[in-house]
Amino acid sequence: MKKTVINILKQFVCIVLCLIVVVPFYMVLVNSFKTKNEAARMNLSLPKEWLFSNYLVVIKEGNLLQGFANSFLYAFVSAAAGVIICAMAAFVINRRKTKRNRRIYYFILCGFFFPVNFVTLLRIYNFIGIANTRLGMIIAFISGMIPFCIFTISNFVSSIPVEIDEAAVIDGASPLILFFRIIMPLMMPVLITTFLLQFMGVWSDFMTPLYLSANSKMWPMNLAVYNFFGKMNSYWQYVFADIILTCLPVIILYFIGQKYIISGLTSGSVKM
Amino acid sequence: MHKEKVYPGYFLILPVVLYIVFFLLPCLMGIGYSLTDWNVRSFQGVNFVGLDNYIEIFTSNRNYAQGIINTLKFTVISNIIKITSALFLAVMLQKEIKGRNLYRSVLYIPSVLPFMIIGLIFKSILNYNTGLLNRTLDFLHLGFLKQQWLSDLDVVWKAIYGVDAWRGIGYVMTIFLAGLNTIPVSYYEAAEIDGANFFQKLRYVTLPMLTGAITINLVFGITYGLKVFDIVYVLTNGGPGHATEVLTTYSYTLFANGKYGMATALNTILFVITALIGIGVVRYMSKMEVQQ
Repeated sequence: MKKTVINILKQFVCIVLCLIVVVPFYMVLVNSFKTKNEAARMNLSLPKEWLFSNYLVVIKEGNLLQGFANSFLYAFVSAAAGVIICAMAAFVINRRKTKRNRRIYYFILCGFFFPVNFVTLLRIYNFIGIANTRLGMIIAFISGMIPFCIFTISNFVSSIPVEIDEAAVIDGASPLILFFRIIMPLMMPVLITTFLLQFMGVWSDFMTPLYLSANSKMWPMNLAVYNFFGKMNSYWQYVFADIILTCLPVIILYFIGQKYIISGLTSGSVKM
Repeated sequence: MHKEKVYPGYFLILPVVLYIVFFLLPCLMGIGYSLTDWNVRSFQGVNFVGLDNYIEIFTSNRNYAQGIINTLKFTVISNIIKITSALFLAVMLQKEIKGRNLYRSVLYIPSVLPFMIIGLIFKSILNYNTGLLNRTLDFLHLGFLKQQWLSDLDVVWKAIYGVDAWRGIGYVMTIFLAGLNTIPVSYYEAAEIDGANFFQKLRYVTLPMLTGAITINLVFGITYGLKVFDIVYVLTNGGPGHATEVLTTYSYTLFANGKYGMATALNTILFVITALIGIGVVRYMSKMEVQQ
């Protein structure tokens, strides 16, 4: 008897909490199809008339296609490049545990805590001539993700038996062939996890583009939406449509890669 | 097997160089530039001004010092809220209850969304006249609880903590759940045989076994809290007045106004605080590794 009461209570708490998470999305979704006056009331009722055209307006006025292309470029290139170079480094650091490599490892790990100083970073960018370029943006994202990537991937390397390396070397594999042909396929689970986490991280990052892109052509979706909101803050139906379009890619990615994302988050907690 | 040949040092070069040049160097340059009058008009180079920027931060009437205090306050309070509630949720969701996996997935979703988007959604929800929150309170005949969520000095921080928890609890909970899964059921059975009640089991079995998960949540939470920017910038932009300014929002405003020297001085203060914590944690980790 006591058990059923507790279970009902638990279910109640869970459902209320899930509603608190879901209702805001539901509100955003239904209001994104409404007319201006209807949307301004922001209630939960279904639209009297479904205005799918709101989305077309947003895509055109909010410069969303450009934003989407930028976001995708930044997220995909930085996450892919960052994960590969960090995988190579983590492999060597973990296999050759010399004093120097240990020092490098902890030296890089410290960076996890530091804030990026964008003001002086811009100064460096001006000096080498990549200020206000997409390359500059990508480099900033990669440099920022190095501590996390090295930490996560290097934990995984220990689980790959050294005998595999030895066998490959006896067969005459060079370091590059050993790494790309043999080790990298074995690392795939952790590489996918790290890639997904970093992809979503870059997609959501707001501060980096805010500092580094003076030119609106370089804006990722995030920043495009924020500026759109600044211009259109009485047109909630457009703002809501904009929000849906920006969230959709990461939500889809989350449901596809959920298994990898959760395992990546949780591997650290068991290790520490 | 020649280790130097099989695991060549050049595999390390790219990340190490990128990390030093584009991450660490700006931090260190910031220390130098924080001692200058660098601003948008310094075409001829910058002048050394000693500790003037820091003196202005701690004595001027712009109240930058309050920004530092707000940052620390946010870090402590937001973490206490998220970690305690996430711990109870995790304990609740760990046991067999119907729909457990669905609840876990749903509660995690906010953590993958951009903060900027969450800020905009909550700007509409917390709107005094038309926002969902105040309307729901009206509907439930709880009108006396209605607030000017984002413009009343007494509640604006509570609103920020609330939105922050809305996004972060799922993440913290997921890490706790992973930690809970590593605790053997036999420990609880033994405690039950000894007649332990729910709170005794929590105190003497669960918490000690969760040290790893608690540590990682604290480390992530503290670094996140000290560097917080997006949520404050989008929700209140430091307002009303300067009531909710934190280090990063002040620094961005100074940067946007062309006062680069002052901006880097604030960044440097943040750098020193995080560096002290970070180096402490990394030292602890390296010691733990030696012991293993």
